[in-house]
Amino acid sequence: MAFITANWNPLGEAFYRKTELYEMSWNLRDGLRDSLVAAAPYGGPIALLREPHRRSPSSRPQLEIYSASGVAIASFPWKSGPVVQLGWTVSDELLCVQEDGSVLIYDLFGSFKRHFSMGQSTKLQVLEAKVFHSPYGTGVAIVTGSSRFTLATNIDELKLRRLPEVPGLQGKPSCWVVLTQDRQTKVLLSNGPELFILDNTSCTAVCPPGLSPQAGNIVHMSVSFSYKYLALFTDTGHLWTGSSHLQEKLSEVDTKKTTTPKQMIWCRRPKSQQPSVVLMWDRLLLVAGVCSDTDPCVLVGELDGVRIVSSTNQELLQEVPLVCQDIFKIASMAPGALLLEAHREYEKSSQKADEYLREIKEQSMLGEAVRQCVEAAGHEYDTNTQKSLLRAASFGKCFLTDFSPDQFVTTCRELRVLNAVRESSVGLPLTHTQFKQMTLQVLIDRLVYRQFYPLAIEICRYLKIPDYQGVSRVLKHWASYEAIARAVCVKVGDSPGVSYSHIAAKAYECGRTELAIKLLDFEARSGEQVPLLLKMKRSQLALSKAVESGDTDLVYTVVSYLKNEMNRGDFFMTLRNQPVALSLYRQFCKLQEQDTLKDLYNQDDDHQELANYYVTASYREKRLESRLSLLQSAVDEYNKAKNEFAAKATEDEMRLLRFQRKLDDEKGAGLLGLSLQATIEALLALGLHKQAEQLYRDFKVPDKRYWWLKLKSLAEKEEWEELEKFSKSKKSPIGYLAFVEVCIKCNNKYEAKKYVSKVAPEQKVKAHLAVSDLEGAADAAIERRNESEMAAVLSRCSASDRLLIDRLNRARTTATKK
Amino acid sequence: MAAHLSYGRVNLNILREAARKELREFLDKCSGSKAIVWDEYLTGPFGLIAQYSLLKEHEVEKMFTLKSGRLPSADVKNIIFFVRPRLELMDIIAENVFSEDKLHSSREFHILFVPRRSMLCEQRLKEQGVLGSFINIDEYILDLIPYDGDLLSMEYESAFRECYLENDQTSLYHTAKGLMTLQALYGTIPQIYGKGECARHVANMMLRMKREFAGSQNQILPVFDTLLLLDRNVDLLTPLATQLTYEGLIDEIYGINNGYVKLPPEKFAQKKQGEASKDLPTEPKKLQLNSAEELYAEIRDKNFNAVGAALSKKAKIISAAFEERHNAKTVGEIKQFVSQLPHMQAARSSLANHTSIAELIKDITTSEAFFDNLTVEQEFMTGVDTDKVNTYIEDCIAQKDPLIKILRLVCMQSVCNNGLKQKVFDYYKREILQTYGYEHILTLNNLEKGGLLKPQTSSRNNYPTIRKTLKLWMEDANEQNPNDISYVYSGYAPLSIRLTQVLARPGWRSIEEVLKMLPGPHFEERQQLPAGLHKKRQQGENRTTLVFFLGGVTYAEIAALRFLSQMEDSGMEYIIATTKLINGTTWIKSLMDRPECQTP
Repeated sequence: MAFITANWNPLGEAFYRKTELYEMSWNLRDGLRDSLVAAAPYGGPIALLREPHRRSPSSRPQLEIYSASGVAIASFPWKSGPVVQLGWTVSDELLCVQEDGSVLIYDLFGSFKRHFSMGQSTKLQVLEAKVFHSPYGTGVAIVTGSSRFTLATNIDELKLRRLPEVPGLQGKPSCWVVLTQDRQTKVLLSNGPELFILDNTSCTAVCPPGLSPQAGNIVHMSVSFSYKYLALFTDTGHLWTGSSHLQEKLSEVDTKKTTTPKQMIWCRRPKSQQPSVVLMWDRLLLVAGVCSDTDPCVLVGELDGVRIVSSTNQELLQEVPLVCQDIFKIASMAPGALLLEAHREYEKSSQKADEYLREIKEQSMLGEAVRQCVEAAGHEYDTNTQKSLLRAASFGKCFLTDFSPDQFVTTCRELRVLNAVRESSVGLPLTHTQFKQMTLQVLIDRLVYRQFYPLAIEICRYLKIPDYQGVSRVLKHWASYEAIARAVCVKVGDSPGVSYSHIAAKAYECGRTELAIKLLDFEARSGEQVPLLLKMKRSQLALSKAVESGDTDLVYTVVSYLKNEMNRGDFFMTLRNQPVALSLYRQFCKLQEQDTLKDLYNQDDDHQELANYYVTASYREKRLESRLSLLQSAVDEYNKAKNEFAAKATEDEMRLLRFQRKLDDEKGAGLLGLSLQATIEALLALGLHKQAEQLYRDFKVPDKRYWWLKLKSLAEKEEWEELEKFSKSKKSPIGYLAFVEVCIKCNNKYEAKKYVSKVAPEQKVKAHLAVSDLEGAADAAIERRNESEMAAVLSRCSASDRLLIDRLNRARTTATKK
Repeated sequence: MAAHLSYGRVNLNILREAARKELREFLDKCSGSKAIVWDEYLTGPFGLIAQYSLLKEHEVEKMFTLKSGRLPSADVKNIIFFVRPRLELMDIIAENVFSEDKLHSSREFHILFVPRRSMLCEQRLKEQGVLGSFINIDEYILDLIPYDGDLLSMEYESAFRECYLENDQTSLYHTAKGLMTLQALYGTIPQIYGKGECARHVANMMLRMKREFAGSQNQILPVFDTLLLLDRNVDLLTPLATQLTYEGLIDEIYGINNGYVKLPPEKFAQKKQGEASKDLPTEPKKLQLNSAEELYAEIRDKNFNAVGAALSKKAKIISAAFEERHNAKTVGEIKQFVSQLPHMQAARSSLANHTSIAELIKDITTSEAFFDNLTVEQEFMTGVDTDKVNTYIEDCIAQKDPLIKILRLVCMQSVCNNGLKQKVFDYYKREILQTYGYEHILTLNNLEKGGLLKPQTSSRNNYPTIRKTLKLWMEDANEQNPNDISYVYSGYAPLSIRLTQVLARPGWRSIEEVLKMLPGPHFEERQQLPAGLHKKRQQGENRTTLVFFLGGVTYAEIAALRFLSQMEDSGMEYIIATTKLINGTTWIKSLMDRPECQTP
């Protein structure tokens, strides 16, 4: 298999190879000369605009779009202004940056989608533009006639940033690139011998480490796919490479070419052994050392190499992956190489197969050998090579126990998919590395976007992707594309997870409202139905779907929409039929529109809530009269609601308020707003006993509470005589222990003692203890023969009460004996 | 950092990490330095997900509280609003943005809605004319927050009020969404049981959402065997009772907020030797309480009466460990001793803290007032004189004890009597209005609507039947070495937990009668698992049940469930989820209406 290495070229430690991808299907009359060309990475499409600066209206330039294999997709005459730059977005949309700063966006099939502008000024003149990709999406950068840079990091969420001025820059810089570093997008530019970094706020002069001053002016620069590496080319033919942070230098080469290369692209792969730079002059392609002749062509930087597109064919230039080197290098003794050899001998029925196998097994490297073969197969473009590697792997596997077949199976499947999409008719020349990076999801999306529906479905089924991610999604797109929705349901059937709302939206766009509504009925996610139903002015239906979803925010949204749409009466009626929506709307009104709330309750004859509403409202009023009138309304409503208690209570409240106002006016008592209890307290404190008595009777305050109140109030004011009189006015409803305790609380033991004798027997011990009369407490406890009371007294005794303790203990023993 | 979340049967750290990842991703979207403007309500819950250090790593330099007027000046590139989707907050944001634009134009605005984006709010921003000023409008789905190794909380304070008083089921939608997220991470839960209207609604939404994603079969081996959804209004009694576990009492007395408690500082003064403690700290002492603290995990769920013994046992072990140093002779032994020192010192300071807390609590639990209150509660729970006006309550009203205390007791009496006799009912209400003010008529209305306080409608009081069938009162509850869940309330076994216990064994069929007496439907649903995900249970392997309390759960109930998990023969482990951790006081508070009084 020596021929495999035939097109390998060594460069330092690594090898480079060129693989032919396609013979281009296109037929270009003038080749790629004088054309603006944009080719998207990941085997994306190619756009071509011939003679972009031709302005004569009689012969407009033609814009052509091809698949990566050169199959024509679209072609149309360019009628807008002169184009400075073409570029592809991450979602395969074509950006055409015009000289006047406007950017036109076309889809893959050449239909116009939208446009935006890179600046407001009408006199904007774009000298150069670049389309770049970052984690935030696809961006555009321009440099204008006034030497200022403007950036948009994501064209889907357009936000223009005008970068600061570059000192001394006239016209456009000699060369520049866009970098994405530390979550920031910056511009690196050179102006003569100087190099600057421009970010949002500043312009900093920088110097690449180790670039000799004799090297001259930087005339070309290039940044790698991952923004990690930077290459600079000077007018003396020096090529400097290093990290894009400008902190470390990788190499410096003198190319001995003093003309500026047309293109310069990084050629590396993830885990590259050595990153290198591909430079292209008119008739020379140079991989930092290796050269070969070439036609006018275009370089496309990829994740793991460079695609070289010429008018006749397309090639992939890449560093040979280490594992392929190991296997195919001449006289290689790597386990994979031996296994491949063993398998070849086996097919020839030669016993040498056994020798080779033995050699691998002796080093216990068989597992490694199989892995190498599988991995190498992934990197190979030629199906025959893939096959022989995989067969060798499968052969080796037979001699292994306990070897997980996962990797082998996955690689086989993925290669089958990759070979299918690489077909010239599909034209997605993806490498395995790119495929892994881009993910299967995106690949399916791209196939769908290019309208290869059957292939996409086949792939989904073949790889057993869950329906909602795979087949259903493809069908959905297919259905929206075809927009013949009647047939849709039959075809789409009941594949779970099909988004009918998307299909319906498409039907609506085509003016088939009824059909759209019918389609929506198939949608399982009621939440998804709502926005479209609103758009189609089916608001009632939208409301019930929103309620069904349980998503209250959605209900709110529909409700607020209905509110603006309908007259008030209809609106209320609609709500009445949807209790959930109604209560949510009430909540909304409670916070936002108090008056509407009242109307709602009125309409529903909800007297109880209406009364509560008036009560709440009354507290917001400052003036007593308006407060009373609101409370009166509340009373009326409570009566209508047959809530007698609340009506009575509210009447009481009004009565109290009037009373308080009167006294405030007469005596300046400051009562308004106090509770009944607090009012009586205040009256007693002011010595207005008569008025207190009046409230007590008018409001039927229970005796107990009134006694407590009066007792405390008199004690606090230390009106001991008055208190004694009060205690004798009638039998206390709260007993006399309360008197004892309150007096003690007011630090009057003398007064407290007066009431001890009146305390009921079961509380006597407590009363004696309260006035610290241990003897009395002991007597009472012993008399009642109550053990726990005796214990309580005991716990209060100190050691000096020896006699008492003995007495209690004796009594306790007799009590327990019984 | 959050190791305590991964100790349990179910590794809840997965959930926390998922939440943190999402937060980081959002922050990175806004490149450059940033300031966060907080909806104050969110800071507590966020503390459980990410500390300030995480924010700082992502260039968050300043934090402000959201308030109207102009934003404080800060030299940052991005201003990010972290807010709940509420209209009133949108108005404040609009005001902030307006007053800002005139001064600087370089700052960029972003909004992060928690837990969900709201069209209504965006509409409001649009009406205010500021929607276009925002670079990023995003949502941060924070439904279930991992609170401890076996505990998830939505920290959604108003859930009970919204569901039962206002018929607003937003919290239930979030619950269902949260459970879907949980299932995405921990597998489909094959069995769903539930009791109550809200439970039914949540289960319906879950089944519907599952249908909506019919194409996506979850391929994760299920971690949970069963989900039990319980409405809080199925068991209104439990939160009203005073919790008697250590953690429950800390919550009752000092209030635990988002896992933190603030304590009076006096007991925690650092007494250094030879230094007179002149200046006592005045700031309350703030402590984090979770199972990351070994000692706390050990005692949190004990009845408070068993905590003293546990603490002194621990004290002996620790001082014995310190004594070990005298036995350390060789260099190797000394080295080993020293290596254990940090752990021992942490244990010692933890012991000191909890001894202080226990002393604080003891001062209260040994007081007469506490004892009297508890006696009345227990009388109600055992059904003594629940149909008469209670003298103790009367006295408390006369003494103007805190209104919430009164409401707790009155509601409890009502619940234990299946509603109060009209005369008693009116008497209490009048007493409350006269003593505390007529404005409380709104609160009383709310309690009535929520079913906590109601007049007796049917002549039959079914509480005794429920109590007897479910064995809600256990005469000889063992507080020191419990053998039944009733230890958490020193006699009363929480109804909600009994339902959970019976469900596991022998099953709800045995209590059909009682279930019918409790409000709301009870139901069972099965979710089909894809073939190959059916668990092959090892001999003796426990089943795992997720119990979701819609409308709140108390610490004592959690303690009871943990007790059941630990019982050797139960064969069941419980993970607890809730809308909010509550106690009687916070619960009643959330149901109160206080019109702001305008004094003329």
